Amino acid sequence: MIGAGNAPGPMDLRGSVARRRREAIIRGLFMAAAGTSILISLLIIASLVGEAWSFLSRVDLSTLVSDGWFPRRGRYDLATLISGTLVISAIGMVVAAPLGLAAAIYLSEYASPRRRRFFKPILETLAGVPSVVLGFYALAVLAPTIIQPLCGNNSLFSMGAAGLGVGILITPLVASVAEDAMHAVPLSLREASYGLGARQRSTSLRVVVPAAVSGIVAALILGLSRAIGETMIVAIVAGAVGGSQFTINPCYPGQTMTAAMTALATGSDQVRGDALAFPSLFFVGLVLFLVTLTLNVVSERFVRRYRRAI
Amino acid sequence: MAVETRAEGHAIELRPVIANEATSVPAPEAVFRLEQLSCWYGPFRAVKDIDLAVGAKRITAIIGPSGTGKSTLLRALNRMNDLIEGAHVTGQVTYHGVELYAPEVDPVEVRRRIGMVFQKPNPFPKTIYENVAFGPRVAGVRGKDKLDEIVESSLRRAAIWDEVKDKLGSLGTALSGGQQQRLCIARAIAVEPDVILMDEPCSALDPVATLRIEELMWELKQNYTIIIVTHNMQQAARASDETVFLTMDEDRAGYLVEKGPTAQLFTNPQNRLTEDYVSGRFG
Amino acid sequence: MAGQPATVRLSPAQEAVRRALEGNRFNVGQLWFQLLLLGSLLVVFVVLITLLLDVLQLGLPVLLERGVDFLTAGTSSNADIAGIGQGIFGSLLIIMFVAMLAFPIGIGAAIYLEEYAYDTRLTRFLNASVRNLAGVPAIVYGLLGLAVFVIFLGPLTGGRSVIAGGLTMGVLVLPIVVITTAESLRAVPQSIREAGYGVGATKWQVIRSHVLPYAAPGILTGSILTIARAIGETAPLILAGGVLGGFATRPGTGAVETLQGPYTALPLIIFNWSRQPSDTFREIAAAAIIALLVFILLLNATAIYLRNRFERRW
Repeated sequence: MIGAGNAPGPMDLRGSVARRRREAIIRGLFMAAAGTSILISLLIIASLVGEAWSFLSRVDLSTLVSDGWFPRRGRYDLATLISGTLVISAIGMVVAAPLGLAAAIYLSEYASPRRRRFFKPILETLAGVPSVVLGFYALAVLAPTIIQPLCGNNSLFSMGAAGLGVGILITPLVASVAEDAMHAVPLSLREASYGLGARQRSTSLRVVVPAAVSGIVAALILGLSRAIGETMIVAIVAGAVGGSQFTINPCYPGQTMTAAMTALATGSDQVRGDALAFPSLFFVGLVLFLVTLTLNVVSERFVRRYRRAI
Repeated sequence: MAVETRAEGHAIELRPVIANEATSVPAPEAVFRLEQLSCWYGPFRAVKDIDLAVGAKRITAIIGPSGTGKSTLLRALNRMNDLIEGAHVTGQVTYHGVELYAPEVDPVEVRRRIGMVFQKPNPFPKTIYENVAFGPRVAGVRGKDKLDEIVESSLRRAAIWDEVKDKLGSLGTALSGGQQQRLCIARAIAVEPDVILMDEPCSALDPVATLRIEELMWELKQNYTIIIVTHNMQQAARASDETVFLTMDEDRAGYLVEKGPTAQLFTNPQNRLTEDYVSGRFG
Repeated sequence: MAGQPATVRLSPAQEAVRRALEGNRFNVGQLWFQLLLLGSLLVVFVVLITLLLDVLQLGLPVLLERGVDFLTAGTSSNADIAGIGQGIFGSLLIIMFVAMLAFPIGIGAAIYLEEYAYDTRLTRFLNASVRNLAGVPAIVYGLLGLAVFVIFLGPLTGGRSVIAGGLTMGVLVLPIVVITTAESLRAVPQSIREAGYGVGATKWQVIRSHVLPYAAPGILTGSILTIARAIGETAPLILAGGVLGGFATRPGTGAVETLQGPYTALPLIIFNWSRQPSDTFREIAAAAIIALLVFILLLNATAIYLRNRFERRW
């Protein structure tokens, strides 16, 4: 039955048709599963573009440069949202870039195995905290203790508080990608530097960091992308529930693209008001999607560059 | 009865009598016939235009310096190279007269008849019993009694039964290197193949384990055709009936230099390259 | 070696060498830099500590005072009696949908990409799609959920229901499941596959009998961590309708009606309560956060425990 120590005839090596069919079916099932990723991408694009076009084709373009984003009143100043997003993301990057990179350099170049075992979980724990919890933290701790003193005790809600919260949120991401990149720098480069009599600070800053620069850039871009896409922290602490004026002062409340979308959905149980309020939701979503997609693709190019360089 | 060769200082001990009687393979008895077989990885030709007949129930050794495509050639015989993307063959391999690479041929069936033992022992991370029973199971054997029987007989024929019979439920990976390799041989035997291909089976083992496996091969020869790739010339000389010598061309493709009965190839090689290799002048 | 003096007199030349070699070992500049770097990690540490302390300080009294009642009570506009029961129920249902949808499809997709697919343009495109989807902001998935599950499939799902919410979360989490599973599959040594093929097993037999069992611990750990991530996500659920109120609680509400009706989830409750100005709402928000963090902590601990336990096997 199995094997057959005797010579097989020409039929024997063909195998069972049933078995081959079964294998092909199984393969097809798995391939379909993989195909869902394309399906989902298409659905995202389709749902966004459809409604976004409905918005663009009907909107009075003058409202797009009106003063402030007040969708229920028919004012769709995109610049308000974009500036809000940029201010908060910028503050976030100002927080996360130094913190994340410093943590990465320390973990990669300085930390003994024992210290690593202590500090890496700390970063990973922070990474596991949901953004809604960080939003609460920003409101309950960061706003009163840091922002309000700095801004002269304005409102509790401000872009600055949101920016700080976002910065804390993305620090672990920046740190982990940057640390990966630095870790991937071959030992031989470090040995060459130490062999010449350089110390750790010079070696880290002048040899390892430049060698890992593509990965570090990737880390920063990924962090930025995440910051731009962040919703809950902003929705809780940046204020601007119904809409907002254009402003770039971090002490004031502001509105990002992401929070604008939630505001549209939470104002009441349905999105009502100006008829175009609903499609405007998707229009903003499309802009957000395109921006983060572009950033992610660019970041991937950088990641590939450092992976290849090994 | 040791026989010295002409090689300086390299005394090669040959098995008495039996090896000397090996003759070249008469046509009807050939298990494999290779005709102008070339093996490619994408655009790179690893093995070039091999013409070879392999005889039944004997041990054929493939020797040669590293990189000459010996493993590739071996793996072409049970279609293991199919697993590598971009690998393909030109030329023809017939197995008992059947074209091995014909489109209707199912590689799964091929591998049930042509088994393989790998360079680094690779028992499954499962129990010893499961390791041996896996092959028969996927071939459709059901029933605990039948499987028990197959497991025991395979482990016996691989000369490892006494060492593991009390611990069939323990992990195969917990055995020593030599034992793991014998377990892998038992695993290969369990599906009752016609041919056993061995890809440098002893290179990861110590000399004592190596010797045991060579003895085992000599016993297995009675029931199976064995083709072994080896780096170790002395092993080829000790343990095989026929030897095939490959070396590399300028374009890094391996080609067949000489083949023949082992005793003859080592004591009286026809080709200058063969002589240089077996006397240790290169490789 | 007895008899040798403890200190040896060095010649001036030797003394100079000794000083040169030992001189700069303690370098302020180096130390300052290292402390600066360490400081960043300490900032993170301080953030975590203050977060925990604040949440505990606000929320623990509530939990101690109201105990299990807090965990089971439904939502209410009265902070003194409001509880997270409906939120826990909703979150559990959502996890169920995620497990039913994202795990089979995600693991299947990963198996295809790692075990079956040839290296063609299509395969590379599939891989890139998965990676890009993993980077899409959660709220965009909310829009997808709104458009597809709430509106388009409204008749089936009941509109803004927990079905729609669960499906939305499933789609969000799918790329992550694919990526972590693919990593676990890649870690399986090729020698095991070769051994399987060598005795005449088919591809599926090799995958089922050897690759998957070997990769199973990693896949399991990845799944648990994915769930831990999913229960904290809020934004998509806001768009997919689960904001205010809770599940239908009229007596006689059947299972299907409950699934098709309004819903809420734990992070949504936290979101709502955080935005209320009153202090009592802030306290119960903190209590709810404690519950959520405990849940996440338990999941992470389970994942780590499982990973360690299986790593010892071979």
